Amino acid sequence: MNHDVIIAGGGLVGSSLAVALSQAGLSVALVDPVPQRTRSGDGFDGRSYALSVASRNLLRALGLWVELAESAQPILDIRISDGRVTDGPSPLTLAFDHAEIEEGPMGHMVEDRHLRPVLLNALDRVTVIEGSVTDHLAGPAAVEATLNDGRLLSAAVLIGSDGRHSGVAARAGIRRTGWDYGQNALVAAIAHQRPHEGVAHQFFMPEGPLAILPLKGNRSSIVWTERRDRAETLTAMPDDDYLDVLRPRFGDFLGDIALAGARHTFPLALSIANSFVGPRVALVGDAAHAVHPIAGQGLNAGLKDVASIAEVLVLARRRGEDPGRSDVLARHERWRRFDVTALALATDGANRLFSNDNGLLRIARDLGLAAVQRLPALRRGFIREAAGLSGDRPALLRGRKP
Amino acid sequence: MGTVDAAEVGKFSAIAETWWDPDGPFRPLHALNPCRLDYVTRQIAAQSGRDLSVPRPFDGLRILDIGCGGGLISEPMARLGAEVVGADASEENIAVARVHAAERGLAIDYRATTAEALAESGARFDAVLALEIVEHVSDPAGFLRACGTLVEPGGLALLSTLNRTAKSFALAIVGAEWVLGWLPRGTHDWNRLLTPGELSGLCTAAGLAPVDRTGMTYAPLADRWSLSENDLSVNYLLTAERMNEDAAQTG
Repeated sequence: MNHDVIIAGGGLVGSSLAVALSQAGLSVALVDPVPQRTRSGDGFDGRSYALSVASRNLLRALGLWVELAESAQPILDIRISDGRVTDGPSPLTLAFDHAEIEEGPMGHMVEDRHLRPVLLNALDRVTVIEGSVTDHLAGPAAVEATLNDGRLLSAAVLIGSDGRHSGVAARAGIRRTGWDYGQNALVAAIAHQRPHEGVAHQFFMPEGPLAILPLKGNRSSIVWTERRDRAETLTAMPDDDYLDVLRPRFGDFLGDIALAGARHTFPLALSIANSFVGPRVALVGDAAHAVHPIAGQGLNAGLKDVASIAEVLVLARRRGEDPGRSDVLARHERWRRFDVTALALATDGANRLFSNDNGLLRIARDLGLAAVQRLPALRRGFIREAAGLSGDRPALLRGRKP
Repeated sequence: MGTVDAAEVGKFSAIAETWWDPDGPFRPLHALNPCRLDYVTRQIAAQSGRDLSVPRPFDGLRILDIGCGGGLISEPMARLGAEVVGADASEENIAVARVHAAERGLAIDYRATTAEALAESGARFDAVLALEIVEHVSDPAGFLRACGTLVEPGGLALLSTLNRTAKSFALAIVGAEWVLGWLPRGTHDWNRLLTPGELSGLCTAAGLAPVDRTGMTYAPLADRWSLSENDLSVNYLLTAERMNEDAAQTG
């Protein structure tokens, strides 16, 4: 065997897993078609991530947080409100205050241009291979992966970290469940006049939610969800027209707004692998579950996968178990399945409930949000869930090595 | 055949091919295995000053796995770098274990033999493992004397078995054998089970000084076993250190 583990797909999740496993002494090959230097450019492309406390814990356990802390914006409050474009941003209906949990800020906004190079620089003990896995064969002792240039690699386990159209999952015979929301997420960085004070906002609009997430300085990242045809029209607009449509949704509570980076658009579709494991295969990140990004939980869910499979593989190696055995990999499935299903149902349900202008639903939403606001225990539960602090968790999510 | 009971060997030989199927008839052992391995690896690492976070931490250690069955413990020990002898009285188990290890490129010395025969041959080991075995032998005292002989002075004997309590009768016999059908009926004879105190006494008499006793508890909803310092009422593990020749009572 050449390696303990082959990881197909070197995005943020695949790279994080490579770092976690290599730091624990496992031999890792990371296969990705995009050369490293083109992924680690310094320019701000507008992309950023709302990292949960659990994700921050993981990065800290891997020794990477120290490099990110300075450029990360703490999220001190999350305010959720229900609105209509004609009303402007609606009165505040639900606020989560980080003072309600003992772990400090509820999360941090980290920009892609900062996170990616930190991860890539931590791959010094990983064999990074430019290419892609085109086929694999699971045997009694190892899995053999074929690369696009014909090279063969063998390992105990092959990790599919290759996105929602995962080739690893497809070749392992793992089917997927999901549907298209007919919506797109428009993502951009916005500069504004007034300071955001570390507050994240989620406005639920009939067209779909608008999240405003604080970045360092007088900047915020927006995740603006619209019906696909509207989103395509908006994407085609010049910047000024785009901002004219955004302003009544964004509101003027931060003063005047301007674009502070490139605009992106992502089609929204739920896609969950029916199994997160197969013969000598385990799936992480979008390859396992691409959920609606309504709660900003995509990368966070991926990093939970990292913590789970890293702990499963590291402990198996320490016990002398074959890490690729079905009963070993089943521990990853068991650990992640419930959490992912719950998240998918919760975000899907929230999106359906809130993306609707029906008057009765609107009243129900207002009452529901107001009820949550009045129940401290339930609110703490929501906050801890959003911060990734609930449930039986792998060591990395608690900031410790497995 | 020494202390090995012929009827006991027959029970397992009949299902030996399926040893390695995690969902097969040995599912209970596969479920228990991570917990047993955690204990065994940590005890051996602590005794021999090894670091489990490095590759092949048991390089240079000689380990005997008595009653190795299909090799559920022998293979992990070999993967950790130990020089492993797997002994089982059943020829069929040994055949299964050999095939399985060879397919995985693991060099393990599997022998269809008994603890007593190995002890007489003069073989000595840094650690002797007898997991889920002592409850199946006809003469536990004689079996433990053989184990004691097989361990180098300062080395370890690691045993696991079922306690003889009302709870173990309810869970391991009524529950696991009769109700859940996890184990074939008659796998365990409750009257033969040893309490931690009795097992400790037999160890001491065999020149093995008990140094640790730890329970294993099963959480049915999570379908997971974990180590417990306090609850030894059903499954438990015992570590004993081989006393020096002059301190040991010879049997």
